[in-house]
Amino acid sequence: MDKIRTIDEAASYIKDGMTVAVGGFIGAGTPEKLIDAVIAKGIKDLTLICNDTAFPDKGVGKWVVNRVVSRIIVSHIGTNPETGRQMNAGELKVELVPQGTLAERVRAAGAGLGGILTRTGIGTVVEEGKEKITVNGIEYLLELPLKADVALLKGSIVDKKGNIYYKKATRNFNPLMATAADLVIVEAEKIVEVGELDPTDVMTPSIFVDVITQ
Amino acid sequence: MIQDKDRKREVIVKRVAQELKDGDLVNLGIGMPTLVANYIPEGIDILLHSENGFIGLGPNPEPGKEDPDIVNAGGLPSSVVPGGAFFDSAMSFTIIRGGHLDVTVLGALQVDQEGNLANWMIPGKMVPGMGGAMDLVAGARKVIISMEHTAKGAPKILKKCNLPLTAAGEVDLIVTDMAVIEVTPKGLLLTELAPETTVEEVINATEAELIISEDLKVMNV
Repeated sequence: MDKIRTIDEAASYIKDGMTVAVGGFIGAGTPEKLIDAVIAKGIKDLTLICNDTAFPDKGVGKWVVNRVVSRIIVSHIGTNPETGRQMNAGELKVELVPQGTLAERVRAAGAGLGGILTRTGIGTVVEEGKEKITVNGIEYLLELPLKADVALLKGSIVDKKGNIYYKKATRNFNPLMATAADLVIVEAEKIVEVGELDPTDVMTPSIFVDVITQ
Repeated sequence: MIQDKDRKREVIVKRVAQELKDGDLVNLGIGMPTLVANYIPEGIDILLHSENGFIGLGPNPEPGKEDPDIVNAGGLPSSVVPGGAFFDSAMSFTIIRGGHLDVTVLGALQVDQEGNLANWMIPGKMVPGMGGAMDLVAGARKVIISMEHTAKGAPKILKKCNLPLTAAGEVDLIVTDMAVIEVTPKGLLLTELAPETTVEEVINATEAELIISEDLKVMNV
C-alpha cells in the first residue's frame, strides 16, 4: 500500500469544520509544511487539539493568525499574543486543559479507554462540571477521551510503511496524537526504505499511519 | 530587610537550592526558579525534568550551537546532559503525577495558609493557560514556592487566595527574600529569616497568620 502523497495531496484530507490534532510543543516537532498547506488552501473553522498555540510565526500559531481555527483545546496560549487577543474579542473559543490531562485524554481515546481519573485540577476551575470519583479514599476528576478526525505529525525518520522515529525533544505529543484520529498524516524530515529503520527504534508503529508526506 | 533586587533573587534561589538532595529529580518553573540550577551545592547531583519530554535538562546552548530539536518547556533552545533521556508527553506526566518527581519549584501570584497556590491566571488580564503547572503542583512529592515576599509592597502570602487556584493544599515550603515558611497542618510555620530581616518585618509583610518556630534561624546564604 503506497502511503506517500505530496504535501498538497496530504493537506486535501482536511476539510472545513474538522477536528485536527497536531503534534509538537511550542513548535518543536510540528509539521510546518502541512500547517502552511492548510493555510494556503483557505481551510476554515477547524477545532485544534494541540499542546499550545506556539508563536505567531511558528507551528499552529500560524493557524490562529490566519484564522484557520475557530476553537482550540490546548494547555497553554501564553507564547502567542494573537490567541489571547482573539479569545478576549470573542473570536476564538479556547478550552484550557492541564498539560498532563490533555496527554492522557488523547491517550485514552487512542487506547479505547472511557476516560481517566486524575487529581490534577481538584479544587480549581478545571473541576467545574466534571464528575468526581473516589477510589481508595482519594478523590479524582473524571476526564473524558479526546479524539480527532485527522492527526498531523512530524517524524524525523519515517519508512515507506509509515514507521516513525522522533529525534530528541520532537516526540512530545506526536505518538499520542497518532493513536487518536480517524486519519493520521505524518510529515517526514527524512523518508527511508522499509527495513532501514531498526524495529527497535520505531516509536509509532506503521499501522497508525495512513499518509506519509515530505 | 534586603533592598537590592539582585541580592533578593540570589538569596531566594540559593536557599531553594539547599532543599535539593543528591539524586533528586527536579522540575524548575520558568523565570526565577530556573536560576536555582546555578546554585546546586557541591556534591549534590540532581537531574532536571523538562515537561516537554526529557530528563537531564542542561544549560542554555551558546549562540550558534542551538539544536532545533532540543527546546525547553518555554520553547527556547536548550540542551541535554550525558545520561539524559527523551520521551513522549504521556511519560513526562507519568513521571510528574506518579510520584516520581521529587521536587517542583514554581513562582506564585498568591499562596495561602492552607497551602493553596494561585499562579496561572489573573481574570481579565493574564490568561496564558496552566500548561503543566496544575499537574506539577498536584503530582510532585515536594512543592516549593520561590518568590519575592510581596508584590509592590502588597502581601502575597494570604489567609485565603482570591485568584483562581492552580491547586488546593499542595504547597509544602515557601522561600522568599524575607523568610522560609513551612506549610504545616497547624498553619504557616516561620522557620528562617533572611539576613538583615526581623520577625516584625516578616509579620508586617504577610497577611496570613504565622507561627514562629521555637528554633528560628537565619538563612545560611
